Amino acid sequence: MAKAGDKSGGSGKKGLKRKAATEEAQEAAVGEDGTTESGVQPPKTAAFPPGFSISEIKNKQRRHLMFTRWKQQQRKEKSAAKKKLKKEREALGDKAPPKPVPKTIDNQRVYDETIVDPNDEEVAYDEATDEFASYFNRQTSPKILITTSDRPHGRTVRLCEQLSTVIPNSHVYYRRGLALKKIIPQCISRDFTDLIVINEDRKIPNGLILSHLPSGPTAHFKMSSVRLRKEIKRRGKDPTEHIPEIILNNFTTRLGHSIGCMFASLFPHNPQFIGRQVATFHNQRDYIFFRFHRYIFKSEKKVGIQELGPRFTLKLRSLQKGTFDSKYGEYEWVHKPREMDTSRRKFHL
Amino acid sequence: MQSDDVIWDTLGNKQFCSFKIRTKTRSFCRNEYSLTRLCNRSSCPLANSQYATIKEEKGQCYLYMKVIERAAFPRRLWERVRLHKNYEKALEQIDENLIYWPRFIRHKCKQRFTKITQYLIRIRKLTLKRRRKLVPLSKKVERREKRREEKALIAAQLDNAIEKELLERLKQDTDGDIYNFPIHAFDKALEQQEMESGSSDAEEKDDEEDEEDVGKREFVEDDEVDESDLSDFEDMDKLDASSDEDQEDKSSSEEEEKPLDAKHKGKTPLKGPLRRKRAYVEIENEQETEPVAKARTT
Repeated sequence: MAKAGDKSGGSGKKGLKRKAATEEAQEAAVGEDGTTESGVQPPKTAAFPPGFSISEIKNKQRRHLMFTRWKQQQRKEKSAAKKKLKKEREALGDKAPPKPVPKTIDNQRVYDETIVDPNDEEVAYDEATDEFASYFNRQTSPKILITTSDRPHGRTVRLCEQLSTVIPNSHVYYRRGLALKKIIPQCISRDFTDLIVINEDRKIPNGLILSHLPSGPTAHFKMSSVRLRKEIKRRGKDPTEHIPEIILNNFTTRLGHSIGCMFASLFPHNPQFIGRQVATFHNQRDYIFFRFHRYIFKSEKKVGIQELGPRFTLKLRSLQKGTFDSKYGEYEWVHKPREMDTSRRKFHL
Repeated sequence: MQSDDVIWDTLGNKQFCSFKIRTKTRSFCRNEYSLTRLCNRSSCPLANSQYATIKEEKGQCYLYMKVIERAAFPRRLWERVRLHKNYEKALEQIDENLIYWPRFIRHKCKQRFTKITQYLIRIRKLTLKRRRKLVPLSKKVERREKRREEKALIAAQLDNAIEKELLERLKQDTDGDIYNFPIHAFDKALEQQEMESGSSDAEEKDDEEDEEDVGKREFVEDDEVDESDLSDFEDMDKLDASSDEDQEDKSSSEEEEKPLDAKHKGKTPLKGPLRRKRAYVEIENEQETEPVAKARTT
């Protein structure tokens, strides 16, 4: 009898599959018998003994069946609840409470104590006296040297060329076996302000070292998703010689702020708005996306943008205090995957 | 009793030799004392009771020699001579130690020694140069980072962010900026035109009144601007430019003109497809040929 009860309970819940249909037919017959016998209607809704879970059913097919039924019921309940809520909202109209904001990783970000407050005096003082002060005081204008690791392949070479068109006042030199430590004093003597080294591995560029020259900080990035100009869909014509504007998004923490300054110091101060070009460094969850666009204002509230130029994403690996020195350098920040990647909501830039 | 031929007969061809490695084309000898690492009758250290090799330990080259007299004493089997650091002197040492030895062994020893010195020199040179550091990547970490990057890209909504930022900058940068949009430009130019035409008509009127008799009735044309006059966008632009120039000359001094131009931001009105803000009727004339034909037939 228990078995029959179980079956009836199960089929009472949902009558969708053929088995269920036959069971229902049986149940109806049984029910009829039951009514004649006990005078009690068998319950239509599920009557499981308490403490029963679907995963305890040993038969795989039956278990699967019960699970799908349960899932469908859950979905039905959920959509019914949604509809009800929607109706309530419509009924209330303007008085309805505001929609709850969905949780995103960026919303739930762990509070970082190094987030820069724009009015912070200490930060402002630091910025006024650090290595970029001369740039932000308009004393020096940037001059950039772009180079690669040994024996660059086609992709890297083309990326260097395109980068040099994007960054004004930049020169590309290839080094054949020269040590970086020897290049740096030469660069300083020739008044270069920044050095970019694109590291290559297996014919694709995968790393970027950005070094601010006269004893400035050195940042080492992992570069990924590099798209050259010809690989970008719906792109515009080649960028012109005008100095682009710069957009730096989401560099909130102290570390992010210094990296943002590094990027800003690559470009001259006076953007030529006639060129209508903009270079964007957008930081999202510790990934810095670089894009180069041409914009046009269609109206006061609408702007159209067209992508030119290469695009890539960077992830900061380490920040060194002095110029590039892998052995004796003093690291200000190093990315340690085992310690820093444990939380999904903690970001450093 | 040591019999080299028997040993070779067994190990070389018939039975198993643990030092022997066979490949498709030839066999090699893995014995550390082998002179040439090939498996031959003349270069097998087991099958030759009189044998010599050159071995290198920590940058030092040694000459090892084995003679049949010591075949019974495995501990003292190999005699070791340290070779001179100088290449020529070392060669002389080899010659001196292996005097009266078979030509093959002497020659091969010298060859081996030359090769070893060459690669030692190369090692020393390379340690001075920069070396490429190979950093091992963890596949798990790489996959994780790639996935997170994709998600971050989606969350970033780059195009929207850039557009928002540009519009914000536009809003802030408004002082003294002549930002002409087509609608505003059109209206502005319209007003300008009205004012100018009004003033010019007024002047004409004055002139006329001065010249001709006062009180005479005349039919004067309308002050309103005809739409047909302004339908051409090119004329609009010329008007625009002229009005702008007038404004600039009047309002600002020469110094201010340059920064104004710079601030102009290239946001000049779209001079592309013509924008008709008012109803415009285009009349096309069609040539009808049918009635002519009809006339002919009838």
